[in-house]
Amino acid sequence: MNEMILKFPARSENEVFARNAVAAFALPLNPSLTELSDVKTAVSEAVTNCIVHGYRGKAGWITITCRTVGCKLFVEIRDEGRGIEDIRQALQPFFTTLPSEERSGMGFTIMQTFMSDFSVESTVDAGTKVMMSKEFGIREQRDAG
Amino acid sequence: MKLQWGRRGDNLYIYLSGELDEHSVAGVRGEADKLIDENAGLSRAVFNLAGLKFMDSTGIGFLIGRYKRLKKYGMGMYLESPEDNADKILSLSGLYSLMPKI
Repeated sequence: MNEMILKFPARSENEVFARNAVAAFALPLNPSLTELSDVKTAVSEAVTNCIVHGYRGKAGWITITCRTVGCKLFVEIRDEGRGIEDIRQALQPFFTTLPSEERSGMGFTIMQTFMSDFSVESTVDAGTKVMMSKEFGIREQRDAG
Repeated sequence: MKLQWGRRGDNLYIYLSGELDEHSVAGVRGEADKLIDENAGLSRAVFNLAGLKFMDSTGIGFLIGRYKRLKKYGMGMYLESPEDNADKILSLSGLYSLMPKI
């Protein structure tokens, strides 16, 4: 078992650093390139959400907590931003509160698809926490889509 | 993020390379739109994604945005050579039905 806590300002320039730091942390578990790329994408989506939706461009902190247990990586990504009013709606593919900014509304769908487990907790005006895990070394089912 | 381009016959080729995310998209958005405007008389635009090492859902928004702009000019949009990561996201979001992979 290993653990890591990473805290950084909610600025988009930190996205590349955040996803690569989580990927580097997961390396001892011997993930395949595809698995690693899935983790990076999911982390990037969650961090983007914190910056764009959680803080809406205002200053704030993002905290990533990672843990490895056996061949499983647990990632928790948290902000103290505005929170999500309707989580069920936010989880719908293509739903976005900011359509004018070329947002696809696919962030949560990608996190759910690319990781083994996914859940989200949010409180309006207090923040949002996304919890995800990925088990490495399972034969990946070919994507039928 | 880097954008290069070329014009062959009736096609505008746009080559994207690097990592496309919320941070890097701002620069290439304007650059791509300028190119599209300048080449508005052509019949189609081909986005080559071979050099795109990383893309998240920001890429979907970016591509749909350019698709809409091209449509205004009556130009078709096509995608070429996506890496596995991008291909997975593009398939999942159904983007190939708007902009076929060639």
